[in-house]
Amino acid sequence: MTARAEAISLRGVHKHFGQVRAVRGVDAAISPGEIAALLGPNGAGKTTTIDMILGLSQPTAGSVSVYQMAPRQAVSCGLVSAVMQNGGLLRDLTVAETLRYAASLFTRSAPVPEVLERAGITAIAGRLVGKCSGVEQQRLRFAMALLPDPELLILDEPTTGMDVEGRRGFWTAIRQDAGRGRTVLFATHYLEEADAYADRIILMRHGEIVADGTASQIKALAAGRTVRATLDEPDEGALRAIPGADRVEVRGDTVLIHASDSDAVARHLLTETAARDLEITPRGIEEAFLALTADRAGTEGRE
Amino acid sequence: MSAPPAAPGRAARRPPPLGGFSVTVLGLEVRRVLRNRRTVLMTMVLPVFFYWLFGVTQRYDNTSVGHGNVSAFVMVSMALYGGVLATTSGGAMVSIERALGWSRQLRVTPLAPAAYIVIKMLTALVLGAASVAAVYLVGLLTGKAHMAVSTWVATGVIVWLGSLVFAAFGLFMGYLLPTENVMQVLGFVLVLLAFAAGLFIPLSQYSAGLRTFAKFTPLYGLNQLVHAPLLGGGVDVAWLANAAAWLAVFAAGAMWRFRVDTRRV
Repeated sequence: MTARAEAISLRGVHKHFGQVRAVRGVDAAISPGEIAALLGPNGAGKTTTIDMILGLSQPTAGSVSVYQMAPRQAVSCGLVSAVMQNGGLLRDLTVAETLRYAASLFTRSAPVPEVLERAGITAIAGRLVGKCSGVEQQRLRFAMALLPDPELLILDEPTTGMDVEGRRGFWTAIRQDAGRGRTVLFATHYLEEADAYADRIILMRHGEIVADGTASQIKALAAGRTVRATLDEPDEGALRAIPGADRVEVRGDTVLIHASDSDAVARHLLTETAARDLEITPRGIEEAFLALTADRAGTEGRE
Repeated sequence: MSAPPAAPGRAARRPPPLGGFSVTVLGLEVRRVLRNRRTVLMTMVLPVFFYWLFGVTQRYDNTSVGHGNVSAFVMVSMALYGGVLATTSGGAMVSIERALGWSRQLRVTPLAPAAYIVIKMLTALVLGAASVAAVYLVGLLTGKAHMAVSTWVATGVIVWLGSLVFAAFGLFMGYLLPTENVMQVLGFVLVLLAFAAGLFIPLSQYSAGLRTFAKFTPLYGLNQLVHAPLLGGGVDVAWLANAAAWLAVFAAGAMWRFRVDTRRV
């Protein structure tokens, strides 16, 4: 493309661990300002992909660049920071000391009090990390990731183990922060999270990207929509012949047409038949997710 | 969503000087170590207690050894024991930090792996200095240890710098043993090494075979070197060779594990 550099660029990325092919040919680009979710079941290769974007591991084949730099260099410059799934904390430092420690590592860092405020942990600044709850520790990791004021923030399953309230509060903090124009990539296996917080969903399965688009595109892609109408004496064969119709169910005078192109089906029903009481409903993202990540072939790849 | 990031311009971003090493981090590391009761107990209280037991309460102050008395000799021994315990636990902190996942957390900051190692080594040296100082202070306050002022200084500095060998040992073991309780294992290993090198019981009490064996153990060279200013009998090249060889072994081992570790994490 032109002058505007991609925030993340993955080209033909493979990662093998011995016989295990964890990532198998991933191509993707994330543009600055996007909020993207890496969605997939456990073992889809999400963490492996994120590790390569952060420079924690090297791809077996292919290339990874972050703002046109090697990942490690982007991390060194404070362009990228991350809230990692299994990143530990020192129990014998206080919350504020942990942040002062991390802040001192960056060439430029936001003031510690400001970061405490943005992560909502000002009240526990003096508490030993070992005495903090799981949610508080996760907020501390988030605060650490905010220190360099990164252009790209990566979160790997950030709300694992949190209750509903903790999860919502955590995402509110992230959402507020992302309003500043930061690029965000997060991995999750919670469908609602991807649906609710991402502009774009990249669906992974067995080390490959199986779908990439907005939440509604993903839903449509997997299962299309269902068109429901009332029709006297429906002719099943004729209905099946409508362009865009995938599957037809007839229940008395109610017809259900599952369609990849629901618009075409609806137009046909309303103009060419006596159908009435038309209803178009998307399938839930849950169904889309299951349809796309279902185990079709052999099982390869592990996280 | 296409608003430009509020973050500082990309061009203005640079990696930190010295790989992220700073006095701030060193200060926090030292504070952490001193906050850990078990570490303080093991590296400061224990050697002082041993000195009290073996060097102060016994009637050693009348017995002279070289340019001082037996109490001073025992004090130097216990300072060495404390020093190596302190530097070993300083180095072994990497094990705990890897077990906790903190090392992984640091890998997504600009901190260079080499700078991390330097911080660990310096923290170990500060802890070693505190341990040696604690034993010497008690030696001074109880008034039992007698030697020339220059000998106090010379032995103290040699103990401190010599204990760096064991910072490398702690680091190597820290990478080798991925457990949070690494110091319980290493504390025991150090006791064995101290006995093997004649630090608790003079080598003259050992059989000829054991004495020969002792000369190849890691604490032997250091134990001889730290007492040299007190005994005044000169320095044997074999002592230096022993210390240097073990330093090389531990440092090479630590480098090897460190390389494997940074590739993987």
